Amino acid sequence: MVQFLQQIVNGLSLGSIYALIALGYTMVYGIIKLINFAHGDIYMLGAYVGFICTVQLGLGFFPALIIAMVTCAIIGVVIEKIAYKPLRNATRIAALITAIGVSYFLEASTQKIMGTSAHSFPDVLGTQTFNVLGVVISMKQIIIFVVTILLMLLLQYVVQKTKIGRAMRAVSVDADAAQLMGVNVNATISYTFAIGSALAGAAGVLVGIYYNTVSPLMGLVPGIKAFIAAVFGGIGIIPGAMFGGFFIGIVETLVTGYGSSLYKDAVVYIILIIILIVKPAGLLGKNVKEKV
Amino acid sequence: MLEVKDIHVHYGAIHALKGVTLNVKQGEIVTLIGSNGAGKSTLLKTISGLLHPTKGDVVFLNNSIIKKDSKYIVKSGITQVPEGRHIFPGMTVYENLLMGAYLRKDKDGIQQDLESVYKRFPILKERLRQDASTLSGGEQQMLAMGRALMARPKLLLLDEPSMGLAPILVQQIFDIIKDINATGTTILLIEQNARMALSIADRGYVMETGKIVLSGTGEQLSQSEEVKKAYLGG
Ligand SMILES: Nc1ncnc2c1ncn2[C@@H]1O[C@H](COP(=O)(O)OP(=O)(O)OP(=O)(O)O)[C@@H](O)[C@H]1O
Ligand SMILES: [Mg+2]
Repeated sequence: MVQFLQQIVNGLSLGSIYALIALGYTMVYGIIKLINFAHGDIYMLGAYVGFICTVQLGLGFFPALIIAMVTCAIIGVVIEKIAYKPLRNATRIAALITAIGVSYFLEASTQKIMGTSAHSFPDVLGTQTFNVLGVVISMKQIIIFVVTILLMLLLQYVVQKTKIGRAMRAVSVDADAAQLMGVNVNATISYTFAIGSALAGAAGVLVGIYYNTVSPLMGLVPGIKAFIAAVFGGIGIIPGAMFGGFFIGIVETLVTGYGSSLYKDAVVYIILIIILIVKPAGLLGKNVKEKV
Repeated sequence: MLEVKDIHVHYGAIHALKGVTLNVKQGEIVTLIGSNGAGKSTLLKTISGLLHPTKGDVVFLNNSIIKKDSKYIVKSGITQVPEGRHIFPGMTVYENLLMGAYLRKDKDGIQQDLESVYKRFPILKERLRQDASTLSGGEQQMLAMGRALMARPKLLLLDEPSMGLAPILVQQIFDIIKDINATGTTILLIEQNARMALSIADRGYVMETGKIVLSGTGEQLSQSEEVKKAYLGG
């Protein structure tokens, strides 16, 4: 039982990271129906910004987090403007291939600037741990989880209760009608990229302090896992991405804890395949026909 | 108030509007009738700034709006209720109404207009917290109209508001349109239901394959042999 709870605690930390990345995938997909394959690399950039802030500038955790989020938001918006916006009316496959191109570009640029090898991240949060009935919980895990929950609450507030959130939802269901209300569709898409990328940036900083390392290709695997989490929860559905992220994170740690880490990816893929067969729109998705 | 001057609109190679000229004066109800595919919706989309003509001009309150985006056009006082209603599914009735007031910042005015929309469409008030996509067709039409009124338009463009509604509801919708006009909103009404439209309109235009072929007062058009044959069933 203690071991099980321990795995759940570990899974929640990993799941937090996946969930934060998955949110950006799902929001961008919701609004422009693009699988933004460069999203995992935004997360990697966030980790590097966090690294630079803490190691080279000597800043603390929270300033580093904020700076990484802002930087990633700006990068996300610029990428959308340069790479995706000109393809707004092109085929989906053209945009998808472009996204893969952007992904390579970000990875190669980071390798060029920061070098190809990994850097180690300092322990900005200390190594304090708590023992709760035999379950070891570290300060880092608590902070990762709390920051993630706070960001999710903030996101829910913005999306559900504010004008810009309503505009984002309106554009994602009916861009023309939103335009007839006076919504600036391009600006709304930019906001969506900004928010999604900021969340990925936060995930990058959190993962940096969790695993104490950053590298140019670190976005690849978590990017894919977060994408699976988004599809699992129902792509385009925000609570789906949150749930999917935590679920995938917990499954991975349980498989690693009880079986072998060799199997963890396979299990995640099998779950995805089952979901796609049983409920193609994702766990929280409605199985609606595509609107004509 | 609104002058459409010889506009041409293309969808790729398709020449949908071939030189359309019409005008709407302050306080009028003007109707535009025409068969399927004549280009009526295309004209409204052009006025709203969703489409841009290849030639011609649209002037609203002495201001050319042809190069403006839809945000500017809504702000200057033109709101459209699009064909097929296009309410926002997944958003509540209340949120849909707020979307209508998207560009407004006057909280008190918005609240007042919400109250008057509730008064005009009591059913919406009962359904405020409900997902708009669960409304019936008639209720969705009312929501679409209420949403448009939330922008406090000077000119309201209505694209086939009676489409797909039962006769009793059609009558109700037309009464509401008359009433909206009576309270000071100018209306450009597109309809397939020519009889009803001409009966409430001050003036009308008939469109065929991208061109205006007839115009006159509502009365004149109702009496016209061509209109009777083509649109009033003999
Ligand atoms: N997005 C589009 N792409 C290509 N052609 C279009 C498009 N929209 C409309 N058309 C064409 O333009 C012409 C005018 O269409 P429009 O929708 O304006 O007609 P309408 O008068 O509103 O018809 P209805 O009464 O059926 O609504 C039609 O021939 C139509 O096929
Ligand atoms: Mg039409």
